[in-house]
Amino acid sequence: MNSQTVIAAGNNVLLPATYDIVWSTVCLVIIGLVFWKKVLPLFQKVLAERTEKIEGGIAKAEAAQAEAQRTLEQYKAQLAEARAEAARIRDDARAEGQRIVDEMREQAQAESNRIVAQGQAALAAQKAQIVAELRADLGRVAVDLAGRVVGESLEDEARRRGTVDRFLDELDAVSAPAAK
Amino acid sequence: MLAASEGGFHKPSIDEFFPGALLFAGTPFEINRIMLIRLVMTVVVAAFFLIAMRRPKLVPRGVQNLGEYALDFVRVHIAEEVMGRENGRRFLPLLTTFFFLVWACNLAGVIPLFNIAGSAVVGLPLVLSVVTYVVFNYAGIKSQGFGRYLKNQLIPSGVPVYMLPLVLPIELVSTFILRPFTLTVRLLANMMAGHLMLVLFFSATSFLLFEATALFKPVGVLSFAMGFVFTLFELLVQFLQAYIFTMLTAVYIDLAMHEH
Repeated sequence: MNSQTVIAAGNNVLLPATYDIVWSTVCLVIIGLVFWKKVLPLFQKVLAERTEKIEGGIAKAEAAQAEAQRTLEQYKAQLAEARAEAARIRDDARAEGQRIVDEMREQAQAESNRIVAQGQAALAAQKAQIVAELRADLGRVAVDLAGRVVGESLEDEARRRGTVDRFLDELDAVSAPAAK
Repeated sequence: MLAASEGGFHKPSIDEFFPGALLFAGTPFEINRIMLIRLVMTVVVAAFFLIAMRRPKLVPRGVQNLGEYALDFVRVHIAEEVMGRENGRRFLPLLTTFFFLVWACNLAGVIPLFNIAGSAVVGLPLVLSVVTYVVFNYAGIKSQGFGRYLKNQLIPSGVPVYMLPLVLPIELVSTFILRPFTLTVRLLANMMAGHLMLVLFFSATSFLLFEATALFKPVGVLSFAMGFVFTLFELLVQFLQAYIFTMLTAVYIDLAMHEH
């Protein structure tokens, strides 16, 4: 220790020994090579990959969002189209229904008119028949009555002369304006 | 350490920084305690980062996290902050090497059994300062050309001509002579002083607790407490000096590459 102290006492802390420089340089070179050749390239690579991954992820998310937006719009458009289609079909159906109802009503009306007309015609025919029968009966009864009153048969005469018919026609002519 | 074996109060001295040779005595490859400490710290740093980044994953785990955190500190807070993105990337290997080599060697000052910083002997600070000197001059000349680089370094813009005889020598000395010198001495002196303080407090503690009279034992406790506090302080100084050394290297290179 004493001899060491004597040697050391001659040392200047600012003047490096050769071995001091040598080993400092060795340490510097070792650490320098490790960082320069190995550690930092790996680090930079991983940083670059990470950046790319993050940016890629963002781009992917944006693409997905755009896709979702597009799908939503498509869906909305389809929905609107479907709604319009449904409304159109409903309107068509309503119109069709209305048309059918109208047609049916028309047919029913025509049918009823026809039935009424037929009834009236039948009625008129019956009336005419009854009037004709009554007229014939009335003539005969009147002639019979007149024959019995007069005492002789007027039948042939009356027939021949058409008296009764004439009388009834006159009666018609008189009563017809009144009936109207 | 020595105090306990020899007895008596071990007074810290300059001799601490010139321990006896362990191997190859007298050759340029002489290895003493401090050289050995440097080499061990070098291996530790290299091994740590090689292990941390041996198979770097996109999502870092465990030791890779720690390694990336450390590398990012130099990358973001020194290289890119001082030199910008592009130049920061270019000089990142140099700055990273400086920071971790200096810090690791500094840290040895508080690591038990090492107890002295690898940077407390002039060789390491000097070699690093010389590298800084060479690199900033090279970068300056390369980016501006020799003449313009010299002009920009020596003649600050806006200085009137009649002041040049005064300014020029000052700039010359401060840029080309004092820079490497202050860089070396700042780190060296901090580490030496830190070591001397720790030796002082802990050898005093040892002496007062085990060899002095009982009356002094409380003072020994106080001395130990001071030693502990100074150890924490040293941890801060060690980090700070590594940071300052690297930061100044970056600043010098950056200044050399730009007109100012």
